Amino acid sequence: MSALLEAIDLHKSFGPTPALDGAGLRVRAGEVVAVMGPSGSGKSTLLHCLAGILTPDAGVVRYRDVELSSMGDGARSELRRTDFGFVFQFGQLVPELSCLENVALPLRLGGLKRREAESRALEWLERLEVAAVGDKRPGETSGGQGQRVAVARALVTGPRVVFADEPTGALDSLNGERVMQLLTTAAKETNAAVVLVTHEARVAAYSDREVVVRDGRSREVAPVR
Amino acid sequence: MSIGHTLLGLLEKGPRHGYDLKRAYDERFGQDRPLHYGQVYTTLSRLLRNGLVAEAGVESGDGPERKRYAITDAGVTDVEQWLGTAEKPEPYLQNTLYTKVVLALLSGRSADDVLDVQRAAHLGTMRELTRRKASGDLADQLICDHALFHLEADLRWLELTAARLGQLSAQIAGVTG
Repeated sequence: MSALLEAIDLHKSFGPTPALDGAGLRVRAGEVVAVMGPSGSGKSTLLHCLAGILTPDAGVVRYRDVELSSMGDGARSELRRTDFGFVFQFGQLVPELSCLENVALPLRLGGLKRREAESRALEWLERLEVAAVGDKRPGETSGGQGQRVAVARALVTGPRVVFADEPTGALDSLNGERVMQLLTTAAKETNAAVVLVTHEARVAAYSDREVVVRDGRSREVAPVR
Repeated sequence: MSIGHTLLGLLEKGPRHGYDLKRAYDERFGQDRPLHYGQVYTTLSRLLRNGLVAEAGVESGDGPERKRYAITDAGVTDVEQWLGTAEKPEPYLQNTLYTKVVLALLSGRSADDVLDVQRAAHLGTMRELTRRKASGDLADQLICDHALFHLEADLRWLELTAARLGQLSAQIAGVTG
């Protein structure tokens, strides 16, 4: 099967320090890929380049056979809104909006009417078992609830790729596992690929395969059976 | 932990007699459990029988004469295969994994490869446990969690070792034997 999203030989430096030094990754539709590696190995930089948030100094990122670098900023932002979803460790929900409005936000930005957007948002909150906090603001929810709301917001637009950067980093084991279970199940059901950056093996165990980033270079190890 | 493979790995540097091998083994790997002479000679005669080592002359000195053993090509292939094969992921593997990493460094092979192969095997088992957990009842979940936490501890140790390979490599180069 061909790649939905691929990065080839990426290089990226911040000042004199190289963060990526020849990293690559191929993601197929519907698969969950864990990107592992020690802190500072470049795994988050790789994710940001794949998502078109950062532009690599050298190398190619292709989504559906189109090079991200050939697209204008506007088109790239549009792509991120329509085809990509994001879950971060924290700080991604708008504090002034209710959880329901937060989940509806990407749909509203896409031009959907409030009623339709909120009805779809509610479906996703139900699916992630947090419909009860729909009227609350993110600050009034627990860490685990807030993170499920964030997952709902990432998936509500029906993205082809979900980028998750340490999505359980701020949660205890039990909440972290539930979030991973809900995220990967929902992604499989909608055939969305997930690029999961994590340094935790128990989180990576929810993936289909792993890629290890070390000193800015990535390495894929064939699963041993 | 495979003593045979470890002795073969130590023989890659050059032929040695049994006593010398025991000393090299104890110095590097025998912290808790030094080898008995009996173990060394039983293992060597098994390796000899299987064609993985060959006799390489006799060393005569003040004491009794001592046979020297050399690794054969088949022996080198055997070590190579052992280093390249993941251990069955289960708790308390540290001893074997540590030995593999040190032998890889000693012989100029890639210790990163040893670690990566093992990580992949561990994660493979962790995936199976995670799937079993998702479909099992609470008792299944608790049993799987126990195994998952142990495997995770092993993996964290692997990651730490990977991060310290440079240091370990320098230290090993400083030790003779």
